[in-house]
Amino acid sequence: MEVLLGIAGKDFVILAASKAAMRGPTVLKAEDDKTRQLNKHTVMAFSGESGDTVQFAEYIQANAALYSMRNDTELSPSAVANFVRGELARSLRSRSPYTVNLLLGGIDPVTEKPHLYWVDYLASLAPLPYAAHGYAQYYCLSILDKHHHPDCSLEEGLALLTLCTDELKRRLPIDYKGMLVKVVTKDGVREIPVDNDKVVRSA
Amino acid sequence: MDKLVAQYSRPPHQNEMYSEQEQQDLTASVPPLSLKFSLPPVDNRSAFLRAMTDDHSNPSCPIKLAHGTTTLAFRFQGGIIVCTDSRATAGNWIASQTVKKVIPVSRLSRGEDKKTNEPTPGLLGTMAGGAADCQYWLRYLSQQCTLHEIRHKRRITVAAASKILANLTYAYKGYGLSMGTMLAGMTPQEGPALYYIDSDGTRLPGNLFCVGSGQTFAYGVLDAEYKYELTEEEALNLGRRAILAAMHRDAYSGGFINLYHVKEEGWVHHGFDDMNPIFWDTKLQKGEFSNVTSAL
Repeated sequence: MEVLLGIAGKDFVILAASKAAMRGPTVLKAEDDKTRQLNKHTVMAFSGESGDTVQFAEYIQANAALYSMRNDTELSPSAVANFVRGELARSLRSRSPYTVNLLLGGIDPVTEKPHLYWVDYLASLAPLPYAAHGYAQYYCLSILDKHHHPDCSLEEGLALLTLCTDELKRRLPIDYKGMLVKVVTKDGVREIPVDNDKVVRSA
Repeated sequence: MDKLVAQYSRPPHQNEMYSEQEQQDLTASVPPLSLKFSLPPVDNRSAFLRAMTDDHSNPSCPIKLAHGTTTLAFRFQGGIIVCTDSRATAGNWIASQTVKKVIPVSRLSRGEDKKTNEPTPGLLGTMAGGAADCQYWLRYLSQQCTLHEIRHKRRITVAAASKILANLTYAYKGYGLSMGTMLAGMTPQEGPALYYIDSDGTRLPGNLFCVGSGQTFAYGVLDAEYKYELTEEEALNLGRRAILAAMHRDAYSGGFINLYHVKEEGWVHHGFDDMNPIFWDTKLQKGEFSNVTSAL
């Protein structure tokens, strides 16, 4: 029951990931960070098989850094996304594939346009205005279908995220220990403090 | 002491019209459940049924049940909104796109939807799960409600009607019934009343329920904007939009949007409308569904 949410707006991308690290019936850690920054203006949020997730994310992180050092340029979000997909597709046909689902968000440094990519463990890649992984898809995509518009401001985007997380608090039977929210703008990546202790009443 | 506790620990929606004795009489007047169904001559009948019908573990099963639905109902200041899709699926096959999943349950309104806009007295039941089970048992419930009306010279309460159905599903628990039903109605004793009953024997009173494979999508839209103080127009639009969301995202829901409003005088039908023009209207006029491209 890991939650990954992504929302792209006018000049930003929000990535949000649940903070609970679970194994079986136990919450091992309540402040887990399921995101990695790949370069100045690209972040990746991940969920899936424990072990695989961080290994894969850090492998991508290291390779993105290596590319930047060798060529003295940063990869654009679309370049990173296609690289990630390629690596996942290669891994899928190996003896032990990575079972990792990803959301990749970034701002293109040249055009300053936001990009959000949805990638699953079968190496599907889809550019989307908003995306989710896991059970969150079932509850949040209908909300996002209704309330999202591509030109929304960061404030509207965060309000939309609250709408989604409120619904998850209301209907998901397991406490996912709140969300860690990262925002990418043309100035880079930053974490946004959110109120995770809000009590949501059911109808 | 126990009596005191029982008096104050009763759930708020339970009807106060009937005393303990009256309730017993009510259930005693319902005929015993042996309706003489022939059963398969095996030890474990529910396992047998599952082997015959479950197309997840056995894609070549001989009987494919009609499944997959989105239905919703919620209480608000002006009554109860009941809304459903109209798709019936059997496995991957769309068996029908024009199913009426809202079933009137009462003597006065058992027939077809009337053409007039006059409210029709009586209860509404919704259909999710096995189509045959729902149709059959809601028809049976309708019969029991009619008998109740004749015996007691007043319309049955939603609490009592839902209990007849819940007792029935509980009696058949383990025999493989598959149904998720909401009963909605308005009686002088109860006001607007909404109950959820399923084939596990669950019976819950509440303000808001979504049932079926598309339930989560409907819950998403509904929860985000639901409040009891909704106006009639807002409530109708929210119900319609929540079903549209589910029809769009859930492969097993679709077809037509069937919308009802239960008021004090009875229920009013608000259309059986094709989802496609409504979807494109919602997208192009209001700018929603921004992940769907309309340009070639």
